[in-house]
Amino acid sequence: MAAIAVFLIAEAIPALQANNSSFLTELLWTPNNTPPVFGIGALAFGTIMSSALALAMAMPVAVGVALFISHYAPRKIAGALGYVVDLLAAVPSVVYGLWGVIFLVPFMQGPSEFLNEYLGWFPLFSGDPVVGRSMLTAAIVLAIMILPIIAAISREVFLQVPRMNEEAALALGATRWEMIKMAVLPFGRPGVMSAAMLGLGRAMGETIAVALIFPATFGITFGILGPNGNSIAANIALGFAEAGEVGRGALIASGLVLFIITLVVNMAARMIIARRSGASA
Amino acid sequence: MAKQIQVSGLDAYYGAHKAIADISMTIEPRSVTAFIGPSGCGKSTFLRTLNRMHEVIPGARVEGKVMLDSDDLYGPGVDPVSVRRTIGMVFQRPNPFPTMSIYENVAAGLRLNGRISKSKTDEVVEQSLRGANLWNEVKDRLNKPGAGLSGGQQQRLCIARCIAVKPQVLLMDEPCSALDPISTLAIEDLITELKDEFTIVIVTHNMQQAARVSDRTAFFNLAAQGQPGRLVEMDETSAMFTNPSEKATEDYITGRFG
Repeated sequence: MAAIAVFLIAEAIPALQANNSSFLTELLWTPNNTPPVFGIGALAFGTIMSSALALAMAMPVAVGVALFISHYAPRKIAGALGYVVDLLAAVPSVVYGLWGVIFLVPFMQGPSEFLNEYLGWFPLFSGDPVVGRSMLTAAIVLAIMILPIIAAISREVFLQVPRMNEEAALALGATRWEMIKMAVLPFGRPGVMSAAMLGLGRAMGETIAVALIFPATFGITFGILGPNGNSIAANIALGFAEAGEVGRGALIASGLVLFIITLVVNMAARMIIARRSGASA
Repeated sequence: MAKQIQVSGLDAYYGAHKAIADISMTIEPRSVTAFIGPSGCGKSTFLRTLNRMHEVIPGARVEGKVMLDSDDLYGPGVDPVSVRRTIGMVFQRPNPFPTMSIYENVAAGLRLNGRISKSKTDEVVEQSLRGANLWNEVKDRLNKPGAGLSGGQQQRLCIARCIAVKPQVLLMDEPCSALDPISTLAIEDLITELKDEFTIVIVTHNMQQAARVSDRTAFFNLAAQGQPGRLVEMDETSAMFTNPSEKATEDYITGRFG
């Protein structure tokens, strides 16, 4: 880890020195111009925004699927479903990306206009024009990509709930759902949170699927239906081949920022889990 | 607050395996009934049929009749969830909810019956912990995790959690088998106190314990491995331990087998 960090910093410094703008707040990314102007602002925003949206969409579904497999489905169906979920986790991301571009982008045009028309008062759904190739579409693809991994880990955690705790709840006269709220979810919470962080990490680092979908603009807008969006990883993938010397350094600097963001997210997650389990164990 | 249980012709199965066969008995209210017998004879299985916990295991089912006063527990349209609210259960190993405090553990069952006020909850929690002879030991640390108590205290916490929902009957499945002698004594004293209010059924491997705490004793046995367990005889505890009518009971009680 330290070696990677040192490498990134060493490669990034010359480009950062050549920069004609503030790296942290500048939105534009034109490191190959003279003079070079580039900043991480829009890219970092897009990365965090798309990943957070993806996580918000994937979490309820993933936990629901995991609970269904672990506590509701008959054994045969549970086995088959668990297998399908594991299989989904193994699909290469480029396949998701292509599916997103070819199917989801045209498909999302209608629902996006619907959201914009009826829920446009809500900042996320506001803005004009509305397109299929939007932040929302990218986030949906990311959500589908991270869903299997979150579901698979959550399922394992839920299956580890001691039988005697479940029986204690049932013997008190809990229904199955009450038993889950009383015994399964509290026991599984730290594990589910780590699953979520793993999913979030994967969403933030995802490159090719979002590179195919993002319109690759450089701006910060909260409307997720418009032709906006980009991410650090996608920008590196798209820009690296044609980058000059400063451009490469700039991209490496952006990689360093991604590295720091994921590190911070992971540490925050660890702290939350440690505090929760410290309070209750 | 205590009801009679009447069982007639009860069979219980695990999938195709018949675990207990043709059991009929009457369990009197406000008394302690002990189930004894060698391992695998179906006494725990039978106990779990009394509050419909048996069917929680996949493939398990029951045939026969269990009446709680005039209610048929296995009647059509009877919700097992409501049966379990009337007939509480304490398990072999203490099983407080690991993520909950002492207070929350006791209040857990109460909260299933919908919202109740904080003051009412406080009142029932204190009452239940006093009822389980645990109040004085934990009153200063109600918000500490239940898992931090000793084994014997945890088991009394489970009893408190159970009596907080005011059941008619208390089923105990070897409640002292994981405890040391002093904790065992505390639980036995508690059982003797609780029988004024509840119908209590206790499964035990400890013959002295059955003799100490119970009013009536039922002896279960199985003819051979793989055969279903049956009720051999049931009588006043004093009679069972001094002058049993069946040879098998005498052999078991005097330690000749099992």
